[in-house]
Amino acid sequence: MDWFNHLNPDLQFVLLSAVKVLAVLFLALLPMVAYSVLAERKISAWIQDRVGPNRVALPLLSGIPFLGSFLTRLGIWQPIADGVKSFLKEDFTPDHVRKIYFWLAPAITLIPAFLTVAVIPFGSTLGAQKMVIADLNVGILYSFGIVSLGVYGIVLAGYASNSKYPFLGGIRSSAQMISYEIAMGMSVVSVFMLVGDLNLSKVIEYQAGTTLGFIPNWLVFKQPVAFVIFLVAAFAETNRLPFDLPESETELVGGYNTEYSSMKFALFFMGEYANMIVSSAMMVTLFFGGWTLPFFGLDQRAESAQWLTGLAHIGIFVAKMLVLMVVFIWVRWMLPRFRYDQLMDLGWRRFIPLALANILATAVVLFLLNK
Amino acid sequence: MIVKREKLNFWERLYLPALAGGLKVTATHLVNTLFKRGAVTMEYPEQKWTVPEGYRGAPYLVKDQDGATKCVSCQLCEFVCPPKAIKITPPGLAGQTADRANAEKMPLEFEINMLRCIFCGFCQEVCPEEAIFLMKDYSLTGTNRAEMIYNKEKLLELGGVHHDQIKKWEHKLDEAKEQEMFPVKD
Ligand code: SF4
Ligand code: SF4
Repeated sequence: MDWFNHLNPDLQFVLLSAVKVLAVLFLALLPMVAYSVLAERKISAWIQDRVGPNRVALPLLSGIPFLGSFLTRLGIWQPIADGVKSFLKEDFTPDHVRKIYFWLAPAITLIPAFLTVAVIPFGSTLGAQKMVIADLNVGILYSFGIVSLGVYGIVLAGYASNSKYPFLGGIRSSAQMISYEIAMGMSVVSVFMLVGDLNLSKVIEYQAGTTLGFIPNWLVFKQPVAFVIFLVAAFAETNRLPFDLPESETELVGGYNTEYSSMKFALFFMGEYANMIVSSAMMVTLFFGGWTLPFFGLDQRAESAQWLTGLAHIGIFVAKMLVLMVVFIWVRWMLPRFRYDQLMDLGWRRFIPLALANILATAVVLFLLNK
Repeated sequence: MIVKREKLNFWERLYLPALAGGLKVTATHLVNTLFKRGAVTMEYPEQKWTVPEGYRGAPYLVKDQDGATKCVSCQLCEFVCPPKAIKITPPGLAGQTADRANAEKMPLEFEINMLRCIFCGFCQEVCPEEAIFLMKDYSLTGTNRAEMIYNKEKLLELGGVHHDQIKKWEHKLDEAKEQEMFPVKD
C-alpha cells in the first residue's frame, strides 16, 4: 500500500470511491438482485405448497456428495441460468415502437436504483474507510430526488411501446408514484425532526443505544406511524403487490413491459428488485438502526484496527435488510391487488393526512420536551 | 341477484385484521411445506403419476407366457385404426412362419407411429388374438419423428408378457387332433 499513500489525497479519494462503487455494485447489489429473484421464487413456492426451482445443476459443483445436490434442490444455480438465458434470447424490437425511447426506458428504470445506494451507510468503518460511498449531508433529499426519477423509466416505457396496455401501465405508474412519494416524503419529515440532521450516518448514530436497557433506540419504536406509512409507500414505489398496478398481469398483460423481451425485459425486472433492495436498505437505515445492534457495543463505529467489528457491522446491515426483503416477498404472495381508486384513496385521503398529523404530533411533543 | 354489501366497521377498514389473517395463512403454508407435510408437487421425471385401471396409454404388442409372439398378422387393427397409425408388413407366402403352434403366420414388421396414434383402443378391441394392448405408458418422447415410430421388436419388448388364461391356440390344436386335421405347423 506504499504507492497508494504517495498519491495525493484527491486521487486517493477517487480511487477508493471507485473501489467502493465497484464492490457494492458487483459484489453486493447485482448478486443480491439475482438471488432475491430466487428467494422470491422459492418463498412463493413454499407458500403455495410447491417446490420451486430445483433443477439447475453445475457440472462439477453439483457432484459434491450431499451438499451439491442440496444446493441444486435449493435452486442456488438458477440465477446463473436465468442470466445466461436473458442474454441468449432474441432481443426483439416491435415495429411500432418509438425506438430511441424504447431503448432508453429500461436503463432509466435501473440506474436510479443503483444511484440511491450511494448514500446508504452499509457499515461503519473498515480500516480507515467509512462504509458509505458518498457521505452526503443531504443524503435523504438526494435519494428522494433520485428515486422519483425511476418513474420516468416506466412512463417512458409505456409511451415508447406505443400500444395500449403499456400505455395504461405507464399512466398508472406515474399517478401512483406521485401520490405515494408525497406520503413517503412526509413520513420521514418526522424522523428528521427527531434526529435534527439529513445525513444518514447521523440518523444511524442517533439510533445507537437503548431505552430502559433493552428496547433499542430504533426509530421504528419512536415513530411507528411514520414507519408504517413509509413501508406502504415503499411497496407502492417499488410497484410490488398489492400495489403493482403498473404491471398487473391479469388486466394489463404485463403493463409497461408488455412489449419488452430478453435483456431489456430483464433490466426492468432487475430494476424492480434493485428498488426493493434499496427501499429495504433505506428502511433499515431510517427505522432499524442501520448497521448497529444495541448489544456487545456493536452500536459504536469500529476503530480502524477493528476489522472484525467493521465486518460484523456490514453483516448486521445485510441481515436486517434481508429480513425486510423477505417481508416484501412474503406480502406479495399474501395480498391481492388493490383496485386503482382504492390505491389513490389510500394514498391521498389516508396516508397524507396521517403523515401530516404525525408531523404535527412530533412537533408538539418535541416542543413540550424542550421547554 | 343483488349482493348485499356489508358495511365494514372501523377495525375492518384499517385492513389490519385482513393483514394478520393473510400472514397467518401464508405462514402456516410455508411452515407446513418446509417442515411438515412437504410440497404437493410431484417431481415429474423422478416421480410418475400412477394411472388408474383402464387407462389407455400407448399400444404395445405382447408375447404369451411361452415367449411366442401372439400377433398373427391379420391386419384387423391396421384396418380399424382411425388415424392409420399402424403399418403391418405381412410375411408373404414364402415368409417366415409363426413361432408358436397352430398359428398361420406372424408379422414380418409391425410399426406403430406414436405421433399418429390417438390412444383410442380400437386396436386392442378388434384384435382376435389379444395380441395388442393399450398399456399405461403416457409419456412417449423422442428427439425426431423417426424415433417415434415403434417397430415390432420395440413394441414386443415394451409390451412384455401377457398371461393368457384361455390359450385358445391349444384348444385349437386339440380340436384339430380330434378331428384328425392338422394345422400348418405341429
Ligand atoms: S390406439 Fe387407436 S390410434 Fe392407436 S394404434 Fe390403436 S387403433 Fe390406432
Ligand atoms: S395385433 Fe391383433 S389385430 Fe393386429 S394384426 Fe396382430 S393379431 Fe391382428
